[in-house]
Amino acid sequence: MTRLIDLKGAIFLSLLAAFCLAVPVLNLVVPEGSGLHLPTYLVSLFGKYLAYALLAVSLDLVWGYCGILSLGHGAFFALGGYAMGMYLMRQIGSRGVYGNPVLPDFMVFLNYKALPWYWYGFDHFAFAALMVLLVPGLLAFLFGWLAFRSRVTGVYLSIITQAMTYALMLAFFRNDMGLGGNNGLTDFKDLLGFNVQSQNFRVGIFVATGIALAFGYLIARAMTVSAYGKILIAVRDAESRTRFLGYRPEHFKTLAFTVSAMMAGVAGALYVPQVGIINPGEFAPGNSIEAVIWVAVGGRGTLVGAALGAVIVNYAKTILTGAMPDAWLFALGALFVVVTLFMPRGIVGTLMEKFGSRRAAATLPPEPEIAPKLAEEGQGS
Amino acid sequence: MDPPATAVGPANKSKVTGALLYVDDLRVTFDGYKALRGLSLTLAPGEMRAIIGPNGAGKTTMMDCITGKTRPDSGIALFDGTHDLLALDEPAIADLGIGRKFQKPTVFESHSVADNILLALKGPRAAAASLFGWRNRVAAERIDAILTTVGLLPHRGRPAADLSHGQKQWLEIGMLLAQDPKLLLVDEPVAGMTDAETVQTAELLRRIAGDHAVVVVEHDMHFVRALQCRVTCLHEGAVLAEGSIDAVSADPKVVEVYLGR
Amino acid sequence: MTRLLALLFLLLSAPALAQGPDPYAQLAGDGYAEIEAGVAGLAASGDPRAGVILSALSDGRLLVRPSDKTLLIRQATGIVDARTGAPAQDDPALKPVRANNRVRRTIEASQGQLNLVSLDPAKRREAADAVFKARDAAALPALDTALAHEKDAAVKQAMTEARAAVLLAKPGTAEAEKLAAIPAIQARGDGDAMGILRGLGADPSEAVRAAAARGIAAIETRLAILGALQNVWYGISLGSVLLLAAIGLAITFGVMGVINMAHGEMVMLGAYTTYLVQEAIRTKAPALFPWSLAISIPCAFLVAGLVGVLIERFVIRFLYGRPLETLLATFGVSLVLQQAVRSIFGPTNREVGAPAFMSGAFDFYGLSVTWGRMWIILFSMAVFLGLLFVLRKTSFGLKTRAVTQNRRMAAAMGIRTPYVDALTFGLGSGIAGIAGVALSQIDNVSPNLGQGYIIDSFLVVVFGGVGNLWGTLVAALTLGVVNKLAEPYIGAVLAKIGLLIFIILFIQKRPRGLFALKGRAVES
Repeated sequence: MTRLIDLKGAIFLSLLAAFCLAVPVLNLVVPEGSGLHLPTYLVSLFGKYLAYALLAVSLDLVWGYCGILSLGHGAFFALGGYAMGMYLMRQIGSRGVYGNPVLPDFMVFLNYKALPWYWYGFDHFAFAALMVLLVPGLLAFLFGWLAFRSRVTGVYLSIITQAMTYALMLAFFRNDMGLGGNNGLTDFKDLLGFNVQSQNFRVGIFVATGIALAFGYLIARAMTVSAYGKILIAVRDAESRTRFLGYRPEHFKTLAFTVSAMMAGVAGALYVPQVGIINPGEFAPGNSIEAVIWVAVGGRGTLVGAALGAVIVNYAKTILTGAMPDAWLFALGALFVVVTLFMPRGIVGTLMEKFGSRRAAATLPPEPEIAPKLAEEGQGS
Repeated sequence: MDPPATAVGPANKSKVTGALLYVDDLRVTFDGYKALRGLSLTLAPGEMRAIIGPNGAGKTTMMDCITGKTRPDSGIALFDGTHDLLALDEPAIADLGIGRKFQKPTVFESHSVADNILLALKGPRAAAASLFGWRNRVAAERIDAILTTVGLLPHRGRPAADLSHGQKQWLEIGMLLAQDPKLLLVDEPVAGMTDAETVQTAELLRRIAGDHAVVVVEHDMHFVRALQCRVTCLHEGAVLAEGSIDAVSADPKVVEVYLGR
Repeated sequence: MTRLLALLFLLLSAPALAQGPDPYAQLAGDGYAEIEAGVAGLAASGDPRAGVILSALSDGRLLVRPSDKTLLIRQATGIVDARTGAPAQDDPALKPVRANNRVRRTIEASQGQLNLVSLDPAKRREAADAVFKARDAAALPALDTALAHEKDAAVKQAMTEARAAVLLAKPGTAEAEKLAAIPAIQARGDGDAMGILRGLGADPSEAVRAAAARGIAAIETRLAILGALQNVWYGISLGSVLLLAAIGLAITFGVMGVINMAHGEMVMLGAYTTYLVQEAIRTKAPALFPWSLAISIPCAFLVAGLVGVLIERFVIRFLYGRPLETLLATFGVSLVLQQAVRSIFGPTNREVGAPAFMSGAFDFYGLSVTWGRMWIILFSMAVFLGLLFVLRKTSFGLKTRAVTQNRRMAAAMGIRTPYVDALTFGLGSGIAGIAGVALSQIDNVSPNLGQGYIIDSFLVVVFGGVGNLWGTLVAALTLGVVNKLAEPYIGAVLAKIGLLIFIILFIQKRPRGLFALKGRAVES
C-alpha cells in the first residue's frame, strides 16, 4: 500500500517545519537592527500565505482527487473566518467605541436592542472553534448531498458552487444579517487573552497556521492513500463505473466535500486574526477562482503542489501589486491561460512525471487528449 | 425490497420463483424512438445465455434497464424472484449481485491493475468502511489469485491505462470475478481481441457459468458458438428467436433480419 | 371669499349665464367690488377671451376708454379690443383697470376655471385635474359650464371626476348627489380616488358610507392588479436584459459547450464600443448622434466577434473536451480584458449618452412605460429571433448544428470544423457585444460591467436547458418576472438571493434545465 508520507510529502513537511522554526527565530530572537531580522508585518504576511495554502490543500482534495471543481470554496473559507470574527468581536467587550459590554459597535450603531440568537455562544472560544468546523461543514454537507445525489457534475456543479458563494456574498452585504454588513467584522482586540496586535501573538498564530497546514495535509493525504481515496479517484475518472461496482459516489463525494469545507473553514479562521478583518468581499466569486489557479499552478492531485502554488502565486501577487499594480491582473490572467494550456499538471505534477515513478504519476488527474469536445461528463458506455 | 403485489401477477408467480432473472414486457422510448418493445426474458440460476441481434436491437438498452441505468416506461424485471430491479438504482442492484462489463472496456485507468481488482472485491461499500476498514488490509494473495485467473498477474503493478485493449477487457472480467456476483452481464467481451484471446475468453466464461449466471451480448458468432449455451436473438426491441445456436441461426426470421429481405 | 362664493351661487342660480350682468361692463366699472364681480363673471362665462383679458388685468395692461367704457388690451404689437381681439386705436385717454389684492386673489382663483374653457384640450384636462386635486367648490359653476360644452371624451371624463370630487368634498351636498358622484370617482380608480372615498368614512348617510366602501374595495382590487401588471412589466424588462446578456452564451455554452467566463467581457467590449462610436460622432459628425446606437450595433458585433474569434483560435480550441480547463483559461482571459480596458479607459465609468428616442415615458392604461425599457425589450426580441433565424435557416447555422452534434461526421461531410468553431464562437461573442450596446444605456459603462452579468447569464442558460434557445428565452423572462414580483415583498437583494437558491435547487431536480433534450446519448 502507498505510504502516508512519500518523498514529496517528506520534503514538504520538512520545509514547512523549517519555515515555522526560522520565522519565529528571525523575528523574536534576531535583534531588530540586524539585517537578518524579520519584521512582524512579514510574519503576518507569511501566515496569510500559509492560511491560503491550507485553503488550496482543501480545494485540491475535492478537485484533484474527486473532480469537483468548486468555484465556491472561498465561501467556506469566509464562513470559517466569520465564525472566528464573531468570537473576536465578542472579546472586544466594552472596549468598543460605544462601550456596550454585549453588543458590538456596529449593532449599537444600527440600533440593535439585543444580541441576535446566532451570536450566542461566540464568547466562548471552544464554541467558536466548533462553529469554524461545523458551519462550513454543514453547508458543504447539505449542498454536496443535494448536488451529488442528483448527479450534478462537471461545469454545472462549478456554476452552482459559484452561484452559492455569490448568493452568500449578497446576503452578507445586508445589514440585516447582523454580521456587520458592508464593513464586516474588524477592530479586533484579543484572542484567548492575547493582544492580536502584539508581536508574540503574530508569531504564535503564524506557527499555529503552519501546524494546521501540516495537519490538513496529513488528513488529506491519509484520506487519499486509503481505499477511500482510491475509490474517490475511481469516481473522478469513471463515476458511473463505480456505481455498477456497487459504490455510491454521492457518499464519497459528500464526505470529501465536507471535510474539505471544514479545512477551508479552519484556514479562514486562522486568516482573519492575521489580517484583522473579515468582510463580505471574501465571498466574491473571483476569490474562489483565484484559489483554483493556485492549485492548478502547483499541480492538482498532489496536495503538496496546491500548498506550493498558493504560496508562489500569492508571493508573486505581493511583489507585483507593490511594484506594478496594473500588471498584476495581466499576470494573473496570463497565468490562468498559460497553466491550463501548457502546464496542465502544474509544477509538482510535471516534476513527478519527469522524475517520479510512473505509478505515482498515474494517479494524477488524467490529461485528456485534445479531441472530440462535449466529452464533459461522458463516462461509462 | 419486495416487489409490489401488482408487479407480479398471481398467474406468473410460480413461473417467477424459479428464475434468477425474470424480465417481462419491458418497454423503453427515447424521444419517440422505441428502443424496447415488450422484451421478455427468463434466466435460471447458473445459466449462461448469449444474446445476439443486429445493431439497434435493444441489447445494450436491456442491460441498462436491468442494471438501473435506464428506467423503462413499463414492464417487470425481477431478480431472484423477489427484488424489483426497476425500483432500485445502480449501486443497489450491484449490491444484489449483478455485475456488468461494458461494451467499451471501462477500468479505472489511474489505478494499478491490482487496485482495480481491490476496488471491485466483494465487501462493504460504505465510504466510512473504505476509510479505515478491511479494504485497506486485503491480502495480496486474494488479488493475485484473481489476476492469475485472468492472466494479468505479471501486470499487477502497472497503471491500467497502460494495458492493451484486450488486457483491459480481461481486467474488467477480473473485476467482475472479484465482485463475485450471482449474475454477470457481459457486453461484447471479445471486441478487439485476437482469435486466441477469444477462445480463452470463451473458456473463462464457461468456467464462470455454473457458479454464476452469465448473460453475454456478442456479435461474434464463432465466439457465441464456443460458449455452447442457449441463444436469444433480439430484433427491434423484442425477442425474435430463442434456442440452441443451430436452431436460432437456422430460423428463417433470424436469417431475414441479418441478411435483409 | 364668501363674497365670491355668494356671487358664484348667484350666478349659478341665474337661469342662464348669458342673461347675467355683462362682465365686460362690470370690469369697466368703477368700484373694486364691481371689477371683482366682472372677473368672476368672465371666468365663469366660458368666454375664450377670458384668459387673455384676466392676465392683462393682472399685469395692468387692461385699459378702459372712459368715453364708451370699451375695454382694450395693450399688447407688444399694439392696442387690441378686449372683446374681439381686433386692433384698435391708441388713445392717451386710456386708463388701466385697477386691481387691488382682493381682485388679484379672484383672478388667481379663476385661473383654473379659465383653463377649463381653454381652446387646448390638454390645458382643459390639466385644469380639470387641478380642480380635482383642489376640490374647490368655487370652481363648480365653471366646471358645469365647461362640462356642458365639452366634446372631448377624455377631458369630459376628467371634468366629471373633478365635479364628483368637488361635490363629495363640499359640505351640504345631498345624499342622492353623493351617491351619484361616487361611481365617477370609483371609475377613476387611483390612489387619489381612494383618498376621496376614504374621506367619506364619516359621512352621516349609511348608504353613502356603504357605497364608498364598495368603491374603495373595487379600487383596491384594481390597484393591486395594476401593481402586479406593472411588476410583470418590470419583470419582462429585467428578463429582456437577462436574455440579452445570456443569448450569446446560449450559443457559446449552449450550442458549442464552451464555458466562456470572458462572456461578460464581450458585453463590456460592446458597451465600450458604443462609447467610442459616440465619442467619434460627437467630435466628427454631431448630426448623426440620434443614430449613434444604430451605428454602434454592427461595430460592437464586429469588435466583440473579432475578439471572440481570437480567443477561440488562440486559447479555446486547444481545450475542447476539457470544460473545466476552458473555464479557467477563459477566466484568465476575462481578467486580462478587464485590466486592458481599465488601463486604456481608466477605472471610472464612461458616459454613454441616450438618444432622444430612448428617454421619456408614456402611460399605457395606467401602466407607466419608459421608452428606454420598451426599446430594449423589442431589441432583445429582435436579436433573439435573428439568432434563431441564423441557426435554423442559414447554411452556416446548419453547419454549426452539424458540427456540434457530430464533429467527426461533419468533418467527413466536408465541413471545415475549425472554421465553423471559430465563426460560431465569434457569433456568440458578437451577440454579447450587441447586448453591450443595449446595456450601455441602463448600466454603468465600466471595466466591471461584464462581471455583473456572467453568473446570471450562466444560470439563465442552465435553467433554460443547455442547447435550447427557446429555453433561454423562457428562463430569462421567468427569472426576470419572478424576481420583480418577489421584490416588493422581500426586497431586491433577498429576491436575488432567493432566485439563486431556487436555481441551485432546481438544477438538483432537473440537472439538464427546463427543456432538456432526452435520449440515450444524453443520459450517460
